Amino acid sequence: MTATALVDVARSEATLRAFLHGLPGVDQVGADARAAMLGTRSIKTTAKAWGIDLAIRMVDLTTLEGADTPGKVRALCAKARRPDPTDPTCPSVAAVCVYPTHVATAVAELKGSGIHVASVATAFPSGQAPLAVKLEDTRAAVADGADEIDMVINRGAFLSGRYLEVFEEIVAVKQACGEAHLKVILETGELATYDNVRRASWLAMLAGGDFIKTSTGKVQPAATLPVTLIMLEAVRDFRRETGRQVGVKPAGGIRASKDALKYLVTVNETAGEDWLDPDWFRFGASTLLNDLLMQRMKLATGVYAGPDYVTLD
Amino acid sequence: MPRFEYAPAPESRSIVDIRSSYGLFINGSFVDPADGGSRKTVNPATEEVLAEVAEAGESDVDSAVRAARRAYDEVWGPMRGADRAKYLYRLARLIQERARELAVLESIDNGKPIRESRDVDIPLVAAHFFYYAGWADKLRHAGFGPDPRPIGVAGQVIPWNFPLLMLAWKIAPALAGGNTVVLKPAETTPLTALAFAEVCQQADLPPGVVNIVTGGGETGRLLVEHPGIDKVAFTGSTEVGRAIAKSVAGTTKRLTLELGGKAANIIFDDAPVDQAVEGIVNGIFFNQGHVCCAGSRLLVQESIVDDVLARLRDRMAQLRVGDPLDKNTDVGAINSAAQLERIRELSAAGEAEGADRWSPPCVLPDRGYWFAPTLFTGVSQAHRIAREEIFGPVLSVLTFRTPAEAIEKANNTPYGLSAGVWTEKGSRILDVAAKLRAGVVWANTFNKFDPTSPFGGYKESGYGREGGRHGLEAYLAH
Repeated sequence: MTATALVDVARSEATLRAFLHGLPGVDQVGADARAAMLGTRSIKTTAKAWGIDLAIRMVDLTTLEGADTPGKVRALCAKARRPDPTDPTCPSVAAVCVYPTHVATAVAELKGSGIHVASVATAFPSGQAPLAVKLEDTRAAVADGADEIDMVINRGAFLSGRYLEVFEEIVAVKQACGEAHLKVILETGELATYDNVRRASWLAMLAGGDFIKTSTGKVQPAATLPVTLIMLEAVRDFRRETGRQVGVKPAGGIRASKDALKYLVTVNETAGEDWLDPDWFRFGASTLLNDLLMQRMKLATGVYAGPDYVTLD
Repeated sequence: MPRFEYAPAPESRSIVDIRSSYGLFINGSFVDPADGGSRKTVNPATEEVLAEVAEAGESDVDSAVRAARRAYDEVWGPMRGADRAKYLYRLARLIQERARELAVLESIDNGKPIRESRDVDIPLVAAHFFYYAGWADKLRHAGFGPDPRPIGVAGQVIPWNFPLLMLAWKIAPALAGGNTVVLKPAETTPLTALAFAEVCQQADLPPGVVNIVTGGGETGRLLVEHPGIDKVAFTGSTEVGRAIAKSVAGTTKRLTLELGGKAANIIFDDAPVDQAVEGIVNGIFFNQGHVCCAGSRLLVQESIVDDVLARLRDRMAQLRVGDPLDKNTDVGAINSAAQLERIRELSAAGEAEGADRWSPPCVLPDRGYWFAPTLFTGVSQAHRIAREEIFGPVLSVLTFRTPAEAIEKANNTPYGLSAGVWTEKGSRILDVAAKLRAGVVWANTFNKFDPTSPFGGYKESGYGREGGRHGLEAYLAH
């Protein structure tokens, strides 16, 4: 399969469907077993310290609440810049992720920090809005300075088999993004089967997504290790076929450092070390960061200081 | 960006207490062998001597069999099934309580990774005792007649690849059925069997119900040929199995044999390919390939062979070979110098016969017995590496074009212990499985074991079944 042949697969509903359904199946029991095995890796001492710092650098620090205010967003941006105010060696996070209305605030707060501003868009989290509205949502966020757009796919269309509609929507959003990077949220909790996760991953990559992301965080289950494993296999295979590297972002439900390390092990042993970089792997999380900070302090001092010694933002 | 280097994560060996020497476990206590003979057992990962272990001679085997007979006649045979069950449950619980210790000990004596002894071997050992404990008072419902009786004294000889698990496979059904046993562990891996003897003491198991006689091939021969044995159970090589069958012929002894294998792992073009690659790896590199049912012959549909092999090579490059006690080790040490020599000899034969040999870059420790995971492509059915059991981390790859050819090649072996089928098509699984001459056929998985499932071979892989309800039959007269 060449890159040109892959462009052709979206020529029609039939060719796209034939391609997606021609992908190798995923055996759920086997995929779960592989993820569970990777979860038994024991990451200690130097490896743990390295992994925790990397995980901090990979965090998309997120607030996506109806109650979000400029004050809340400013506090989050301060946390993003200096996650541990007591330790200047602590790295900052990769990005702050907010609703489009808060992009301008975040951009102003993070100016010069190198931290990206990501915005959800396209009628997040349901995606149930007319395409024109979704595109306008995207353009507004980009116009306010968002570096990254986290869009949701049209799961209704996907589950009813209208793959071309999903594809064309992603293409249109990508175009509306301009220079901004596009993360495509598959909402794997609603896709239900691993075969669907693999197909949606390929669909998003074929349509030009720069990242594929598991979840909005608003649907259970959100990110799981097996689902992330399947998406990592997809980006690995996609690069082998096309030469283009696509990133992966599990989001929602990852709260403990121990879990973050399991994800890093899975990245390492599935897609490989090229993905062990904030440019290619992110954690969509809010509470995870504080656990990473507490574990980081414990490794440095030998003492577990507890939640009163990290900032709540 | 530096690489993600996993720091060493060794399981502590302080939990095990290995004595400098061990006697024989006869009639509930440890005794010295009559002639004082012993042999050393070593850690195959380091060649360090672990302990001196007694070598049972003729009179030792005789006293073990007599103790077993006495226990059978006086205590265990007449005991109510429900009471035997209590002892078996107690053994199972004690194994769970001492699981970490037993796992570490198994890895030290055998060379297998702690991840496997901890997550596979020892949990299955406990599961087998729990499972057969449940049968002990329900034998009349097992389908072997209205009132099945025990057979008597079982002489059991087990291999070194899953030392404690093979002990459980042998002892649990025997005891559930009301038999008593004399068991000989393999000469290179006696330590967990001796730890199990301590567990029997801890459980207050009546003396003589379980007897453990350590030693080499000669001890095994003395045991199976002893006239006081009613039932012989052997797991090991086809060569030794043949000798045992000859010696048992013409006696009233019952016999089950679980021997070698050269299993085909068949990958169809519609297989779930990522899981199939995991299954290939698990099929041949699990336990360093020291598995009688290992998927040592990979049969791949020719239309996908390049893709499968590319993925397999990438995956093999991820295997972590080294210290068996490191929690991140995937492939441990070869069990003995003799086995290492055999693997080397057969691999050299593979190259000499024209197959292409490949191993991922892999730094092996300086001391101990090690062999890198190895892949042979360009293998034909005529090559020795496609016909003979290597019992090591060596995979031979062959291709096929049609389902009929896959079945023909899979069955084209004197063995018939296990096989694997990988396809997303359910009807093909059922069709192919029915045509494979193998005791166990795994579909979209490999090397999965469960006490409820019978296990055993066709053809030169032996006869009789172990595990499940079927496993009781060998230990019941009906």
